[in-house]
Amino acid sequence: MTVDFRLGDDQRALQAGMRTLLAARYPREKLRAAVDAPPALDGAQGAPEAHGAADPGPDRKVWRALGEAGFFALRLAEKDGGSGLGLPEAVLLFEEAGRALLPGPLAATHLAAGLVPGAADGTRIVTALDGPGVAEHLTSSDAVLLLTSDTARLLPMEAGAGPRALRARPFRSVDPLTPLHRVDPPPPVCPGVIDTSADAARLRREAALLTAAQQLGSARGAITLAVSHARRRTQFGRPVGAFQAVQHLCAQMLVRTDLARASVYAASLTEDPAEIAAAKLLADSAAIRNARDCLQVHSGLGFTWEADIHLHLKRAWVRAFQWQSTEESEEFLANELLMDAAEENAPDVWWGTEGGENVLA
Amino acid sequence: MDLSGTEEEEAFRHGLRAWLRETLPKLPPRPPATDWPARRAFDCAWQRALYDAGYAGLHWPSDAGGRGAGPTQHLIFLEETERAGAPYVGANFVGLLHAGPTIAAEGTAAQRARWLPPILRGDEIWCQGFSEPEAGSDLAALRTRAVLDGDSYVVTGSKLWTSHAEVADWCELLVRTDPSAPKHRGITWLALPMDAPGVTVRPLRTLAGSDEFAEVFLDGVRVPVGNRVGAENDGWRVTMVTLAFERGTAFAGEVVACRRTLTRLARAARANGRWDDAVLRRRLGRLNAEFTALWRLTQWNVSEADHAARTGGSGVPGATGSVFKLRYSEARQELYEAAAGVLGPESLDAGRAWTADRLSSLSYTIAAGTSQIQRNVVAERILGLPRAW
Ligand SMILES: Cc1cc2nc3c(=O)[nH]c(=O)nc-3n(C[C@H](O)[C@H](O)[C@H](O)COP(=O)(O)OP(=O)(O)OC[C@H]3O[C@@H](n4cnc5c(N)ncnc54)[C@H](O)[C@@H]3O)c2cc1C
Repeated sequence: MTVDFRLGDDQRALQAGMRTLLAARYPREKLRAAVDAPPALDGAQGAPEAHGAADPGPDRKVWRALGEAGFFALRLAEKDGGSGLGLPEAVLLFEEAGRALLPGPLAATHLAAGLVPGAADGTRIVTALDGPGVAEHLTSSDAVLLLTSDTARLLPMEAGAGPRALRARPFRSVDPLTPLHRVDPPPPVCPGVIDTSADAARLRREAALLTAAQQLGSARGAITLAVSHARRRTQFGRPVGAFQAVQHLCAQMLVRTDLARASVYAASLTEDPAEIAAAKLLADSAAIRNARDCLQVHSGLGFTWEADIHLHLKRAWVRAFQWQSTEESEEFLANELLMDAAEENAPDVWWGTEGGENVLA
Repeated sequence: MDLSGTEEEEAFRHGLRAWLRETLPKLPPRPPATDWPARRAFDCAWQRALYDAGYAGLHWPSDAGGRGAGPTQHLIFLEETERAGAPYVGANFVGLLHAGPTIAAEGTAAQRARWLPPILRGDEIWCQGFSEPEAGSDLAALRTRAVLDGDSYVVTGSKLWTSHAEVADWCELLVRTDPSAPKHRGITWLALPMDAPGVTVRPLRTLAGSDEFAEVFLDGVRVPVGNRVGAENDGWRVTMVTLAFERGTAFAGEVVACRRTLTRLARAARANGRWDDAVLRRRLGRLNAEFTALWRLTQWNVSEADHAARTGGSGVPGATGSVFKLRYSEARQELYEAAAGVLGPESLDAGRAWTADRLSSLSYTIAAGTSQIQRNVVAERILGLPRAW
């Protein structure tokens, strides 16, 4: 157990490279242009005019740029055109994507690299359906990864065919950049589905971790926004960041984020299912709570469409439902407490941390 | 980033496990909380056993009497001792976890040689004389005076909330040596022998019903100049070192113990049927995430401080200790609230040891700096927000 949480030089370079790429390919102006386009509904069915414009999908140019930079192929072996890197590196890149609010089924496409031709180089977009519920970017994706607890299947499609194939119904997504479809249980078995031999449980865990990393990035982004506003905005003749009530909001933002960060990084190293569940749970909470506190620090300005804060919050809400929801993570972690092998044969006593012991009858 | 195990470290873990399996069953029963002499004897005997087996001061530098091991062995030690239910550091808290490390970092060679080995052997107990009636959160407002007279300081004043004062041999004492200087610049850090003439200890009863802390009155007590750690009037800087250890790493082992308590709690809930309550169950699940992450954050902080020490830095934990302490102290209180939910009306039985733990957890958001003070530290020193006044 060599304990070292510091990033290596290569990891640092990778992270910096991703920041540079995002700054060039997905600067804030681009994010805002997409947000301020007419309200979008993932409208494969029904007339576009009835629901607003059809889903333009994630920016294909950005997607390809990510592909060229190795974002999707990162963990494929070098002989398969990848970089042969692991989850710790992937987590760093997804964290940056989360901070920049980059939309799209990033985790699903990353997992599909090696399963769907074109996913690795960013020429095809792959979304996923993790059991019945909600799917993102269904209209604009080129394939759907259909996961259950023990099967991983693929549905390749023509552009726009996804919703019909899955009998999915669009609804107006709370997140302006993540079009959503509702898929009722059981997801229909449709023609064209291909079985894969991929380990479904592992794919779902990895997706949960990569989603947690995006939530972490968003949570960190919200701290930066809150702190810089608190230093700039003046009331009562001093920066609002000099008021303790504001300082303490910001401090709590950091506390929950640092905890989530330790959790996400550790889970990327151990790949332990319980640590991944913990990472998802803590990162979901950090992203949602931080966006809320960031809004409070900005107050009136924070409540505007202009500010990016609502984008952090809405994306965090969507991501919190994806892969392992809060309820699933908590239930999993509760049950894990009962499975601790070291405790199996322990005497049924209360071992206090200071006091002593006592029988829990 | 790396969390993989080396063979050497795993061998260390196995050796420690075997030793604990053999040693723990032979320990005498824990004395009652009200019997301080017996508590001291128990805590010191445990520290002595660790020392004799080569497990004392694992990560202390070798010129401080330690074994100079890396942070990993130290973390394995904390993990394994807590998992096995080994005794808590108890009365050795101050000596082992913050006075000792402060002397190791700031003391002279002679001071290290005098004070550190007895701490590691469990021969001498330390207490902390920082807080005063008029100096709590505003620690630098302390008034206890020390006047130089020949080769001694003559100390007069009083300290409050001094844990373990009743059984301590030494006290890390903050005194004012220059009353005319700005408040942070006139403070000095001294090692006070508790048996010196003029020292009076008056125990105070805590809400848990036992005498965990005390008032200490100092009436013309002579403390040799050689007991000064750091320069005269440079005590505030030394204090920051002490507080960094106290907030940053002193609670590390307890996190593992809390995770173990949580496991026991889950089993108890399953046994008594409370497990069927989804709200309670999910609360335990979330606490599992919190304590798992707190342990990772501990590992992060400990390894970071160690790395800094090895690359020419101080080895003193940074302000990130405040981040850890903020969440840890609250999570620990939430753990006992959840426990009350599992135990139901049984939780009202003050005769149970866990009730004492629950009551003691109430001090965690106060002692070693209140949560409000920690948030000030995080906001100003880590986030760089303007000072609050
Ligand atoms: C169990 C226990 C053991 C202890 N052991 C020791 C020991 O061994 N040695 C020792 O020296 N001390 C010890 N202490 C004392 C402890 O360090 C102090 O209690 C603590 O620092 C707070 O000081 P205070 O109690 O005077 O509260 P105060 O400072 O009076 O604070 C009262 C309230 O005001 C708030 N407050 C104060 N200043 C600010 C500010 N600037 N911003 C925002 N809020 C503020 C506080 O957060 C608190 O809520 C112990 C305390 C406890 C409970």
